[in-house]
Amino acid sequence: MIYRETGQFKTTYKGDMAIFPIRQDRWGLVVVLVFAVVGVPLVASDHVVAGYLTPFLIWAMAAIGLNILTGYTGQLSLGHGAFMMVGAYSAYNIAVRVPELPILLVFIVSGLIAAVFGILVGSPSLRIKGFYLAVATLAAQFFVEWVFGTFSWFTGGKMSMVLDTPPMTVFGYRIESALDNYYLVLGFVLVMTLLAKNLVRSEIGRAWMAIRDMDIAAEVIGIRPLHTKLSAFAVSSFYAGVAGALYGFCYVKSVDFTAFDLFVSLRVLFMIIIGGLGSILGSYLGAAFIVILPILINTWGSQFSETVPANLISNVEHMIFGGLIIFFLIVEPHGLARLWQITKEKLRLWPFPY
Amino acid sequence: MMMELIFAIEVLIAGLLSGVMYSLVALGFVLIFKASGVFNFAQGAMVLFAALTFVRILEMGVNFWLAIAISLAVMVVMAVVIERVMLRPLVGQPVIILFMATIGLNYFLEGLAQGIWDAEVHGLEVGIPDVPWEAVMESTGILISLFDIWSAVICGVLVFLLAFFFQKGRIGRALRAVADDNQAAMSVGIPLQLIWAIVWAVAGMVALVAGTLWGQRLGVQFSISLVALKALPVLILGGFNSMAGAIIGGLIIGASEKLAEVYLGPIIGGGLESWAAYFIAMLFLIFRPHGLFGEEIIERV
Repeated sequence: MIYRETGQFKTTYKGDMAIFPIRQDRWGLVVVLVFAVVGVPLVASDHVVAGYLTPFLIWAMAAIGLNILTGYTGQLSLGHGAFMMVGAYSAYNIAVRVPELPILLVFIVSGLIAAVFGILVGSPSLRIKGFYLAVATLAAQFFVEWVFGTFSWFTGGKMSMVLDTPPMTVFGYRIESALDNYYLVLGFVLVMTLLAKNLVRSEIGRAWMAIRDMDIAAEVIGIRPLHTKLSAFAVSSFYAGVAGALYGFCYVKSVDFTAFDLFVSLRVLFMIIIGGLGSILGSYLGAAFIVILPILINTWGSQFSETVPANLISNVEHMIFGGLIIFFLIVEPHGLARLWQITKEKLRLWPFPY
Repeated sequence: MMMELIFAIEVLIAGLLSGVMYSLVALGFVLIFKASGVFNFAQGAMVLFAALTFVRILEMGVNFWLAIAISLAVMVVMAVVIERVMLRPLVGQPVIILFMATIGLNYFLEGLAQGIWDAEVHGLEVGIPDVPWEAVMESTGILISLFDIWSAVICGVLVFLLAFFFQKGRIGRALRAVADDNQAAMSVGIPLQLIWAIVWAVAGMVALVAGTLWGQRLGVQFSISLVALKALPVLILGGFNSMAGAIIGGLIIGASEKLAEVYLGPIIGGGLESWAAYFIAMLFLIFRPHGLFGEEIIERV
């Protein structure tokens, strides 16, 4: 009863095209945003901000990127970690070699470099489809790991594997504390979420979905497959690149090619499947789930740390993680976003039966 | 010149034979993909699980053949459980959901294998010495490991048995029917669930053979589950649903990977083997998008 659109009439075309047509949704969004900006520093400790919230936002951004490629365009990719890695290394190299460039621009340029790389990786997608393409994107994953591990040019000639990122200043303000980093990431994530939401409901987003549903049929009605598939790869890896750069600069404060291995690609894939394919909100929910779940399992496991050997605990944690994923896929194959949709439907009528 | 030629032949043969080992892992993938259309990411974890089970039972002092029988039984039980718990509720879901479920299974099996047994490196000795084949070495001067030859023979026998199993008898016919069309097979009364359990069990047995051979080579430890990543390029090169493709793909990948490593490696820096196989496979894919022997999917609007 509380959550229904009764009485909210759309009188303009603009109102009809709003992202959140229902007033309750808009208020909900405002509450979430106010909490994210004002509430977080009041309630959350530095540990929570730096350890949970910042990575959650970064992973959400990476998940949005993969969702554009896999959820909206239907191109399965196992190389998302590689795109993040390209972004992180580009950001490091630009920031170290061209220190006068503003850091915000550095992130955007490294996203663009990742996008160019994404186009390269995506170019076989015109001929290769489905799981063949998924395995082909794995090539990118291993190739990029090898490049950054072998050629010392990318690490600035340093022999050490882990590269500490240089300090950042935004408009003369030094980014130091956990909260500063959080706000920087939050700003990026909000802008890019808005961008993604608008992209997927614009002409190009509809072209992506047409390609996903059936690429030959889409081609017949005049959608250019080359243009559409490669643009999806480019946008997706742009998001991944920026996320990778933020991951290096704002979260772990170092760049390291082992931090973006195959399991990172799988992790992001889990996020969008658990969250919901083809849903921006789902990317957030999935990222939250995959970031929080290991922490919960870990805290649960550490209760037994005195009685049970450590590697047994880690193995059991592995089993629980895998088992929960399977359980979740069986219970709700369409992801958390679908659960939210069902909840909304129920809320329209609640507390009346119909 | 002569020496160089001999060296090149040695590299080629070593590559071909190591390719056979990749084929063994790829075969497990093909079996499951053929019968159920599931891209089983957990094949590597199955190899690890099978090899660890086998080696630990062997270490308890159990007779070699008995240990094989017990491990086979364990793999069959595992297949039945997977079919019951994971596949049955997911029937009819999109392939990507099934694929993700097998990644979950991958985590689960890795944890299970190392939780029940342990994460140590176990040496495995199956009685095949890893020494050069003397007769060949004396006559031509070419070094070939006897162990490689044996694994090639075992692989050949296995493929022959599998082909026979798929071709003959009621179960073989049912397997081919299911591979062709799940729904049509079900409508003529083939028990789909039973067939899936059988296929997963057979894939488990193939994983045991692969795990034993790889275990002898590398020691039974976590890293054998990563061998599956080497089998993926073999798989796309040969085609997801062709057993012959898995074998020939393995040979091509094995040989060209070794040649690239030896002749190209020094020029552009070592460590090529992590991605060279994928590049070779992609070269083939550009000309044949469904792999060499994969079934071409005809799309209709």
